[in-house]
Amino acid sequence: MKVNEALEIVSQTNPGMVRSHNEDSVTFDVTHGLVVLADGMGGYNAGEVASGIAVSVLASEVRHRLEQIDPEQKDEESGDEMGVAVLRDNVKKANLSIFNAAQSQPQYAGMGTTIVTGLFYDNRIAVAHVGDSRMYRLRGEVFETITRDHSLLQEQIDSGIISKELAKLSKNKNLVTRAVGIEADVVPEVHLYDVEVGDIYLFCSDGLNDMVEDEDIGATLQMLQGNLSLAATQLIEQANDNGGRDNVSVILVKVKGSYATPRGWWAKLKSWFKN
Amino acid sequence: MTAKLILSMDGVVIKEYPLTKERTTIGRKPHNDIAIDNLAVSSEHAAVITILNDSFFEDLGSTNGSVVNGAPTQKHFLQNSDVIEIGKYKLKYLNDQPTQTSSADFEKTMVLRAPVKQTKPEDGLNQTQGNVGVAAKHESTTQFNTTAPKVDVAPAPVAAPAPAGQTPVAIIQILNGPNLGRELELSKNLTTLGKPGVQVAVLARRPHGYFITHVEGASFPLVNGASVGEQPHQLKDHDIIELAGVKMEFYFKT
Repeated sequence: MKVNEALEIVSQTNPGMVRSHNEDSVTFDVTHGLVVLADGMGGYNAGEVASGIAVSVLASEVRHRLEQIDPEQKDEESGDEMGVAVLRDNVKKANLSIFNAAQSQPQYAGMGTTIVTGLFYDNRIAVAHVGDSRMYRLRGEVFETITRDHSLLQEQIDSGIISKELAKLSKNKNLVTRAVGIEADVVPEVHLYDVEVGDIYLFCSDGLNDMVEDEDIGATLQMLQGNLSLAATQLIEQANDNGGRDNVSVILVKVKGSYATPRGWWAKLKSWFKN
Repeated sequence: MTAKLILSMDGVVIKEYPLTKERTTIGRKPHNDIAIDNLAVSSEHAAVITILNDSFFEDLGSTNGSVVNGAPTQKHFLQNSDVIEIGKYKLKYLNDQPTQTSSADFEKTMVLRAPVKQTKPEDGLNQTQGNVGVAAKHESTTQFNTTAPKVDVAPAPVAAPAPAGQTPVAIIQILNGPNLGRELELSKNLTTLGKPGVQVAVLARRPHGYFITHVEGASFPLVNGASVGEQPHQLKDHDIIELAGVKMEFYFKT
C-alpha cells in the first residue's frame, strides 16, 4: 500500500476563546506522508509570520527533497536515514529563514515558533520537534506522549525538582528552552519510531494539552477513532469549553494499512508498474 | 511581581522578604537571608529555592523541623498563601502572580535560552476509558427475533469530577430489549453509545448542555423519531434516542 492510501489525515486549528488571532500554523501532505504543526510567538502578528514561514518552508522543502531521494536511504553525511536527515535539515532551514526575517525587519524582531513535524515512510515515522508542541500516540488502549517538551517545566520534571502532578500547579508553564528562529542555528530533536496498523497519531499545540487533561484527550481519541474529523472537532471543543486560553491546533493521523517500502527487485518492479 | 515571604509572630508582622535570590536561607545565624534569632530555630534551618515564578521550600535538617500548612514538611512546592511555621514564627508565602489559567497575557509562550540536553521520550500514562456498548443483533430477518437486542451497559464508569460543572448531570435510560430500565449516568465529558462498526454516536457534555453526534455507521441516530444527520444535536429533557434498534430516554437528574 502506498503511504497516501495507508494514512487518513485531518487537521483543525482554532484561535480559542481569548486570543484575537491565531498564531498556529498547520499543514499536511498525504501524498508524501508529511505533517507539520507550528505555534508561533512574538509581538503583533510576528507569531503568525514565524509559524507560517516554518510550515511553508518545511512543507515545500521536504516535498522537494523527497522527489530526489528515498527516505529510507542512508544519508552519507550524518549516517542517519534520509527521512530523519530531511526533517532535521529543513527544520534548520526554516530556522534560518525566520531568523533572517527577524533580523532584517524590526517589527519581526524576536519572533520564533515551536514546531512538530512527522514524516511517515516505510511503516515508520520520523518525528522532529522543537519546543512544546507535541506528538501523542494511541496504540490499542495505550495513549502516550511521544515527544518530550523542550520546556523549563519538563527539565524540572526530568531532574526531579518537581513531580508530574505538581507541575500542573507551576507558574512557569510556557517557557520553552528551544525555539525555531530565535538564534542562527537550532538543534531539533529527531526520532524514528515503528508504526503499527491501527495507530492514531496526534500532533497538537500547547493550547490543547494545557486545557485538556491527557486522560481526556486519550479517551476522546479512543472513543471517536471511527470518525477522525469528529475527534478533531471534539478535542478543540473541549479545549474551548475549558477556557480556550490559547490557540489550539490538532492534526490526527490514522494508520489504516501497512506502507512498507517494497524490497527486492520483483517488489520494486511491481510497484514501479503500479505507478 | 516578585513573590515574598512575610515573617510574623503572634499575628504581628515583623518583616517582608522579597524572593529575589535563587536561594533564600532561613536560620538563627545572622548570615541567613532571613535571620530569626530564637533558640528554637536551627542555625541553618531551611531554604527557599526560587526558579522564575515558582518557589520551593526545603528544611535543611533542622533540629525542631518545619511545618507547612499545619503539617511537618521536608520539601514543599510553595503555593500562594502557604504558611511555613518555624518555632513560634510564621512565614507566609505570597505570590499573586496570575496563574496560567487566569491571565491570557501571561501565558504567552516565551523562550528561555538555556543549555539544552537530548533526552529520550519516556513511556507515558496508560489510560482506558469506559465505552458503553449497545450491541444489537442484525442478522435476524424476522421481526420477532428470539435473540433480542443485547444492551450491555458497561460497569459504571468512574464518575470523574465534572469540569463542565454548570451542566446538570443527565441520565440515559434504556426503554426496550432485555436491558429495559437500565440507566447510565452521563458523568463524563464524552460517552459513546452503540456498537463499533455498526452504529456509534457520542454524547458530549458541554457547559451549555448535552449534544449527540453521529460517529460512524450507515444510519444516523434518531431523536424523537427524526434523524439528527451529521451535525451535533442538542438534547432536551426527556428526548427519546434511537440507535441500532435500541430506544433510550435522555433526562436530567433531579
